[in-house]
Amino acid sequence: MKGDRKYIFMFLLPSAVLMGLFLYYPFFKSFYLSFYRTKGFFDKKFVGWDNFERLFTDKLLGAATLHTLELMLYVLLFQVGIALVLAVLVEAISRLKTFYRTVFFFPVVISGTAISLLFVLFYNYNFGLLNNLLANFGIEKIFWLEEGNALRAVAIPTVWHYVGFYFILFLTAMSKIPSDYYEAARLEGISAFKRTTKLTIPLIMSDIKVVITLAITGTLKVFEFVWVITSGQNGSEVLGTYMYKKAMVDQNFGYGSAVAIYMVIFGVLLALLANRLLKRDEITY
Amino acid sequence: MEPTISVKPNVQRGEFRRFKLSTVLIYVVLSAWAMTTIYPLFWIVNNSFKVSRDVMNNSFSVAWQPTFVNYTTAFDRINIGKSYINSLVMSGSTVLLVLIFGGLAAYVLSRFNFAGKRAIYSLLYATLLIPAFATVVPVYELLIKTGTVNTYWGLILPHTAGNLTFAILVIAGYMSTIPKELEEAAFIDGSNRWQMFYKVFVPISQPVFASASIFVFLWSYNDLFSALIFVSHKDVRPIVALLSEISSQYGTDFGLMATAVTLTVIPVLIVYLFVSKYIQKGLTEGAIKG
Repeated sequence: MKGDRKYIFMFLLPSAVLMGLFLYYPFFKSFYLSFYRTKGFFDKKFVGWDNFERLFTDKLLGAATLHTLELMLYVLLFQVGIALVLAVLVEAISRLKTFYRTVFFFPVVISGTAISLLFVLFYNYNFGLLNNLLANFGIEKIFWLEEGNALRAVAIPTVWHYVGFYFILFLTAMSKIPSDYYEAARLEGISAFKRTTKLTIPLIMSDIKVVITLAITGTLKVFEFVWVITSGQNGSEVLGTYMYKKAMVDQNFGYGSAVAIYMVIFGVLLALLANRLLKRDEITY
Repeated sequence: MEPTISVKPNVQRGEFRRFKLSTVLIYVVLSAWAMTTIYPLFWIVNNSFKVSRDVMNNSFSVAWQPTFVNYTTAFDRINIGKSYINSLVMSGSTVLLVLIFGGLAAYVLSRFNFAGKRAIYSLLYATLLIPAFATVVPVYELLIKTGTVNTYWGLILPHTAGNLTFAILVIAGYMSTIPKELEEAAFIDGSNRWQMFYKVFVPISQPVFASASIFVFLWSYNDLFSALIFVSHKDVRPIVALLSEISSQYGTDFGLMATAVTLTVIPVLIVYLFVSKYIQKGLTEGAIKG
């Protein structure tokens, strides 16, 4: 159409400006800042690769990386796993489907902060729900958030929070599988279990891949749960909280930025790795 | 005549029963998970009607004689009402801007062919790899320089930018399914591109606008990280940031904490119950496949 160029430009402009100012520019600025030693905004000195060298000797960062990886393991096993099982089960029933769909998604809409506070109340040593429960059975109280437990205590709400999201994605993917596939399977007399493992799961493999990638990159962004429940104490520091502490609490923007860049690279590498391991031909119906 | 009532052979009956048993098992498992999503909500709302001491002594008992003292405290002393308004204004504006700007961009990307389109898509996908952690310091600096830190814009602008990619991809996915004939008919009727956008494409794309707005609202309303940094002042503080502060300041007042959580959660739950049907719809049509 005549004059389309004008519209293309105008319609894209607002998004381009906003994303340029608040995503691309800051990202490259972070990269630039990671080569400086800073104190607040005004005291800035070029130090070359110093911040990056520091990354390699920073024991706390190493620990935070390991904790993030452990959390990722729980997320992949339980969050994605439970979501897949629930989706298969809901797909198999005929009644109450809408009810389960609605209810399973509940936690997703609640803020991580609110859920974290809920778990603060659950884990409280003196009065928490869990120790209350144990007391009913005459079992001694447990320090739920002490060293060795804290990371797993944080992992439970983290995992629980987003099961519903992946559940809906899986269910959506399954609803796109043509029904004649299932009819053929029924005619062949294939059992429900086999139908799930040999038909449904292979057919939604590309969606499982997407979910795994989302779960991996999502775990790198975990912040609220750790911040509110443990503040990163007792071996539960993750990359997100560590970056926040370096940049915002210590006001060390240079090193904080280096940590952020490290997180981006780490995330991209993990996502590429996952994609490689799960490489498979795309299925089109 | 043959009798019309036939007795089913045993084998079939047996199979039927086995099928039923597995169905029952499925319902048991699904209901068990449903309990984990419903009970905590009930627990927190229930405890919001108790004074702290009663929460400590027995957090399971139902508050048959509810006290509203926590609610009056929340509104009078810690001014949760103001934070509500802040959250609604900021997240509401974010949704509005994302839908307008994202809708326009999605329209262009789904309906036009032009040089550089692929490059734009690549740039869009690239933003998915930029976490908030990697932008926070420069954005903070930018907001300070422009005097927008601790104002509503301090949250609206970064959140709008951060949610545009998701919105553009999902809306463009939906718009690309709209038949070309519709566009041609509108063009023959003398519509220009603006009119085509808001008279034809926006109304047809309502379901995807609905689902995109739900997600954008949730992500904006619930984002603690940006709230702690960009809008921490108490006049503009959104509800998540207030919650986080309540936990550190009033961490021993369990009744009050339960109330604060309840007050944050209830509005989103109500909205969600009204619009939940759009959530799957939007994802089905959209380009969630990265």
